[in-house]
Amino acid sequence: MALDELYKEVILDHYKNPRNKREMPDAELSCSKNNPLCGDEITVFVHEDDGKVLDVSFVGQGCSISQSSASMMTESVAGKTREEAEAQIGSFRGMMAGEVEPDEDAFGELVALKGVVKYPVRVKCAVLGWDTLQAALAGEGAAEGSSPH
Amino acid sequence: MAVTEERGAATLDVERIKADFPILERTSHGKRMVYLDSANTSQKPRKVIDTITEYYERHNANLYRAVYELAEEATAMFEAARTRLAGFIGAPDPSSIIFNRGTTESINLVANAWGRKFLREGDEILFTEMEHHSNIVPWQLVAGATGAVVRLVPIEDDGNLDATKVEALMSERTKVLAITGQSNVLGTMPSIKRLAGSAHAVGAVVVVDGAQLVPHNPVDVAALDVDFLTISGHKMLGPTASGGLYGRLELLEAMDPFLGGGEMVMEVFPDHATYKAPPHKFEAGTMNIAEEIGLAAAIEYLEGLGMESVRQHERELTAYGIEALESVGATVFGPKDPELRGGALSFWYKDIHPHDLAQVLDQEGVCVRPGHHCAQILMRRLGVPATTRASFYVYNTREDVDALVAALEKAGTFFGA
Repeated sequence: MALDELYKEVILDHYKNPRNKREMPDAELSCSKNNPLCGDEITVFVHEDDGKVLDVSFVGQGCSISQSSASMMTESVAGKTREEAEAQIGSFRGMMAGEVEPDEDAFGELVALKGVVKYPVRVKCAVLGWDTLQAALAGEGAAEGSSPH
Repeated sequence: MAVTEERGAATLDVERIKADFPILERTSHGKRMVYLDSANTSQKPRKVIDTITEYYERHNANLYRAVYELAEEATAMFEAARTRLAGFIGAPDPSSIIFNRGTTESINLVANAWGRKFLREGDEILFTEMEHHSNIVPWQLVAGATGAVVRLVPIEDDGNLDATKVEALMSERTKVLAITGQSNVLGTMPSIKRLAGSAHAVGAVVVVDGAQLVPHNPVDVAALDVDFLTISGHKMLGPTASGGLYGRLELLEAMDPFLGGGEMVMEVFPDHATYKAPPHKFEAGTMNIAEEIGLAAAIEYLEGLGMESVRQHERELTAYGIEALESVGATVFGPKDPELRGGALSFWYKDIHPHDLAQVLDQEGVCVRPGHHCAQILMRRLGVPATTRASFYVYNTREDVDALVAALEKAGTFFGA
């Protein structure tokens, strides 16, 4: 049924057992954003050294889509170079816009979020963590206000 | 009429009412569609749809300015709609009814046309913690423009408004009391009549957001003694962008116009213009003619049911709904006594985020609204990021509530909550 297409097992797993959901007091970069439409809020922390994203974590609250997407994101970008991480953010956005057909090798578990594309209202939930990560990498720091969605 | 007499009180014959609403015949995701989002917008009976169709097929013309028969018909229908709306809310004079797109436009009209002319630095505008953004933001804007200040009136933990606390904030500085007649989130119905008396005693005007009040209750502006009351036609079986504003006539006469343009003027000179008397002073440009005529048909339909009966039906459904939701572990916000509230039931269920919950409910054919309901100040007060809201109208039944509860339990199982 359609519900299972949206809420894949892996999404529910990341929602119930979020990975890297923790503060990172010594993070070099961090940023907070919220989605006033649903009241979702998220803070993303990045431990970066010599152009490499060594560790990513997040805290916040929100729906299963925003929380699982952020959880998967932390795993998918950790260990990448800054350029690789930014490319990953771009291609995830592309998948959410329905413009990029995800390559299983590059996307891994993130492919599970493809089903969200059919639910336009929920796309902004899925990208909230990614927008926040991008802002953190850009050095925006803790932003007041909201994501542009 | 779909009303049967029972022990002296008219009970709605909901099965017959439902048959008047073509959209309720459709399914959603292959299931019976259970529409529980009337506080957002109501569905439309065939009578309203037919009236709009007939207007466009038989009577469509622009108002006032043409002399042919068609235009005279359209003008007569539009003005008859004004008279009907005036009668529906107990306004003694149809000229006190301004047509526009509804509550948001109406409050912006009052804030700008009355507020910018009469508010001074240091004057106070009171509004409550449970106001819809449309009864907050226009006042913030006019406060910024005039130097007036906004003051927030607290609500109680149980969602009620303590009138004595509102009165304690009133002083000779108070110039506006902006207050909902029925909260779109909590259903709370403040004592408007008492508060209007108190506000008038300090010289303030009373602006009532009637978006939820007017569709669900008998309303008499003369008895309530309010200065302004907003009406959202699309929430009372009428078309979108129908409705308007009731204003006390002497205030409407004293105010500036809101939008300038054609049809609101008497004479235009290079450097100034003179304006028509209310309501036309506030109706610039081509109006929402078909919509207001459609609204008149909606009012005729509601009057056929009887607003006392509508209120009684929703009181019963609200009592049933609160009990049913609580029985499966949901927390319902707002007053528990159905005498003190309307039928918008906002709730929190087993820590499932409202967006996830509403998504599962949608798969079961149950239409509810998740989110902050344009009441972010209230969400912070309640300590939740959002709520899920089920809301009732004349076509809802206990079976609809049962379907909601069954879908909630499915969601609970699905998310393992």
